[in-house]
Amino acid sequence: MILVFVEHDGAAAGRSSLEALTVARGVASAGGVPVGAVLFGPGASAIGAGLGSAGVTTAFLVGGEALDAYAPAAWARVLGALAAERGASVILAAGTDRGNEMLAYAAAHSGAAMAANCVEITPNEPFLVTRQRWGGSLLEEARLDGSPRFLTIAEHVVEPEPAAVSTPVDVVVVEPEPSAEDLRVRVVGRVAPEAGKVSLADARVVVGGGRGVGSDGFGQIEELAGLLGGAVGVSRVVTSAGWRPHAEQVGQTGTRIAPDLYIACGISGAIQHIVGCKAAKAILAINTDRDAPMMSKASYAVVGDLHTVVPAISAEIRRVTGR
Amino acid sequence: MNVLVCVKRVPETGGRVTLTDDAQDIDTRYLGFTVSPHEECAVEEAVRIVEANGGAATVLTLGPEAAADQLRDAMAIGADRAIHLETDGRDWDPVATAAAIVDAVRAEADAGTAYDLLLFGNEAADSGDYQVGIRVAVTLGLPCISGVKALEIHDGVATARREAAGGWEVFEVPLPAVVSVREGINLPRYPSVPGRLRAKKKEIARSTPVARPGGPTKVRLRLPAEQERSVEILGSGPDAAPAVVELLVRLGLVSA
Repeated sequence: MILVFVEHDGAAAGRSSLEALTVARGVASAGGVPVGAVLFGPGASAIGAGLGSAGVTTAFLVGGEALDAYAPAAWARVLGALAAERGASVILAAGTDRGNEMLAYAAAHSGAAMAANCVEITPNEPFLVTRQRWGGSLLEEARLDGSPRFLTIAEHVVEPEPAAVSTPVDVVVVEPEPSAEDLRVRVVGRVAPEAGKVSLADARVVVGGGRGVGSDGFGQIEELAGLLGGAVGVSRVVTSAGWRPHAEQVGQTGTRIAPDLYIACGISGAIQHIVGCKAAKAILAINTDRDAPMMSKASYAVVGDLHTVVPAISAEIRRVTGR
Repeated sequence: MNVLVCVKRVPETGGRVTLTDDAQDIDTRYLGFTVSPHEECAVEEAVRIVEANGGAATVLTLGPEAAADQLRDAMAIGADRAIHLETDGRDWDPVATAAAIVDAVRAEADAGTAYDLLLFGNEAADSGDYQVGIRVAVTLGLPCISGVKALEIHDGVATARREAAGGWEVFEVPLPAVVSVREGINLPRYPSVPGRLRAKKKEIARSTPVARPGGPTKVRLRLPAEQERSVEILGSGPDAAPAVVELLVRLGLVSA
């Protein structure tokens, strides 16, 4: 069995987990083995039962009040135990915060290797993976020995596709008794996102600002983002200077975005920034420098000073929409 | 409070890198080196915790002889002493790295220094393995919080927050603990000249651990295919605004 840790928000499986399931199906069919999914927390049962469309034949629903809140060590212990019980050869998750964390724990618990953020798997002997380094600006081909094998799939690398044929799902409810030691680390509180704020990772439009915006020029960027119902993103220079909060940083050490359109204003395009925005369907670069690296990554460009171009775009949107 | 902060020396890249002929490494002949960004913030956090609570901050690295530069950088902003686990410069896999750090922590404990807090970066900028801190914590039997962007220490308890779905998740663990942090937890200070001078006189304890690899095993590196898009110039200056809005309408982002 190929066992996949599936993340969800109580209503639907996460897109990154569906990407991981797409890869898992390929690995499973190469080995002639089924795909199992492991889901935790409230709301998992309907989502797990519906994963037949993703080629899952067994959905393990982990219940019990103690495991409702995210507890990485305890959840990983359950994942590892299910893998051992079912003789899973490969354990997979999305290359998200939780996916990477859970698999690192599960691998550490069993003393096995773990490969983070894979983009390609060749499940022969030897078992080879291609994985991201430097946030994806460099790739490493690596051998993963031993069994089971633990790996995560980099986000935004494959399209989440449904299985050719939907499979019936065998739903298995498990209620393990986690140890107090494993439960030391668990979510004890949450702070909800600011009301009405568009999340950078999920925004359809991101308006990005770089060094060229200057310390006091972000009003124009915010205005355009607001008119488009999008989010503000910034480059590392901007957060390192303390001009904007780090939560807005797009790039290797910030957020990876995947909007329909990324409008990059006054951003030269260091490689660490490019890896954060390359999943955008289209990029519009606004820059005074026609030869800036960002221009060669863009689908559309305006050559000019963002301080005059951005307000002109906002004004034109107002004129066209009558707002 | 005794704080240990683990850092990695990585090349400073900004543009596209080139590889060595054997495709085992980045060609660093024309590059400078730095502390991996998350870990730069981990050092700053360690120094702030010691400033607020007393005690000592120790910085540890596993890397080549030249990684002493990064240890000096950390001591220049306030780390008190350093531990250098010296290698021949080849990559160590995350299993081997974690094992060497565990050995060093145990040796320190035997010599009378027990750490209350072990700080890591969430992932190294170069190898991006996302696991060294967790492996160290599991082996030492310590709780570990990852991806932390806000940390408070009170009465032997670490309270940490990390970003989740646009908001925050809050964790709370008793010390001793492992915490891996992300850039953004603080804005690291720049080293002062007196700080640099003091750093020169601080102790670096050196040893040469033997690698016990556990994988993954690097076969070779390669550069991803360049994603060159053919760029359509919509115009110059503010006069381009109507063309931009036409595009926004076409993409369904503005309804005219």
